[in-house]
Amino acid sequence: MSERDIEMTVNGTAHRSTVEPRLTLADFLRERCGLTGTHLGCEHGVCGACTVLLDGDAVRSCLVFAVQAAGRQVTTVEGLSAPDGGLSPVQEAFRDHHGLQCGFCTPGFVVSVTAFLREHPDPTDAQIREGLSGNLCRCTGYQGIIAAVRAAAATD
Amino acid sequence: MKPTAFDYHAPSTAAEAVSLLAEHGGAAKPLAGGQSLVPMLALRLTSFDHLVDLGGVDELRGVDRRDGSLRIGAMTTQAAVEQSPEIAAAAPLLTRATPLIGHFQTRNRGTIGGSIAHADPAAEYPAVVLVLDAELEVISPAGVRSVPVAEFFTGLWSTAVAEDELLTAVTIPLWTGRTGFAIEEFARRHGDFAIAGAAVALEIDDDDRVRRCRLGLLGLGSAPERATEAESALAGAFVADVDAEEVGRLAVTPLESVPSDLHGSADYRRRVGAEVVARAWRRASEEARGVRT
Repeated sequence: MSERDIEMTVNGTAHRSTVEPRLTLADFLRERCGLTGTHLGCEHGVCGACTVLLDGDAVRSCLVFAVQAAGRQVTTVEGLSAPDGGLSPVQEAFRDHHGLQCGFCTPGFVVSVTAFLREHPDPTDAQIREGLSGNLCRCTGYQGIIAAVRAAAATD
Repeated sequence: MKPTAFDYHAPSTAAEAVSLLAEHGGAAKPLAGGQSLVPMLALRLTSFDHLVDLGGVDELRGVDRRDGSLRIGAMTTQAAVEQSPEIAAAAPLLTRATPLIGHFQTRNRGTIGGSIAHADPAAEYPAVVLVLDAELEVISPAGVRSVPVAEFFTGLWSTAVAEDELLTAVTIPLWTGRTGFAIEEFARRHGDFAIAGAAVALEIDDDDRVRRCRLGLLGLGSAPERATEAESALAGAFVADVDAEEVGRLAVTPLESVPSDLHGSADYRRRVGAEVVARAWRRASEEARGVRT
């Protein structure tokens, strides 16, 4: 099956590679770009751990093939922190409110919540719960995450 | 890499896409938003030698209001449907159904055409277009044809779209006058496929009699379907005389292939189904009675 040469911009840097069409964007980011902040949990679109921004929209990178992202802008969790490596307001809020424990799901939550707060800068609790429903966390019981989203909304 | 290997095609026109489908026959599959197809490929429940990605076919996106109808391009994302003021005004049931589909991250990729062509019996859009009397526009190398929605869904994950055809648009006739629309479903977690759901589209006359009523069921059979016996019972009825619980019972009684699985037995789904039909009927009829012409 024919491979393709693709180029995309990831966190502001151009990445070029030759890929099989079946390579997912998630695997491209982890294996070709060395950006292992994007985690793979279920690999079929359920858990949300692999969420990235594609041209600014939150998407599951396990359900996008790398060839489909050619020529587009991708932002991973590594691209959300400040240039000096400082935490983003969402990351700070997760740290302050026990929004994580083992940390496996955290990149997906942080990327999703960043996109969610851009659309809903002053969310209700119901909106927060609905907005978080596409990401699974097996440690926290979600209450700390909900508190972190409330806090991040208040600081923005 | 979890899917089997395939060749990737990225046409820029619908004509190019269908010629690729015709060339490769059953070995090719159109890729819309990929929110159902890619998981199936990843789990190797299915595989294709060729994927024809419709993401670059701009002519398949967009919303267009014409005389008496609303035409929505198949590749219009669910997120775009959710935010479209034209759709909210002309087909509010579609707007109300959209937040029930998956999560905002999947709605950014998932499309209206992909959802309808995938034809999952528990999905929202198939039931919605069924009750709105939509027409599905399908093209092949031979030309364009329009399929009435009543003939579109042919069984589990099956539609009237042939291997060399492509669903290009959904046309929804405008419902005017004293109308009411509702969709109700019950899912264990937000965004999960519903245990059972119901969509209602209703038009009543100035005396509060049912002029046209469509009841759609989701998650209650092997295909999206209408509760035609309950619809017949409602024809011409005074809305105030209708017993919503009875409508729910009539809707689920004739069902013969209610799924039974880990998430709920067939009997449980029937009971949930009757309740969501009753709730959707109440909401749609209240809305219709509130409209003064």
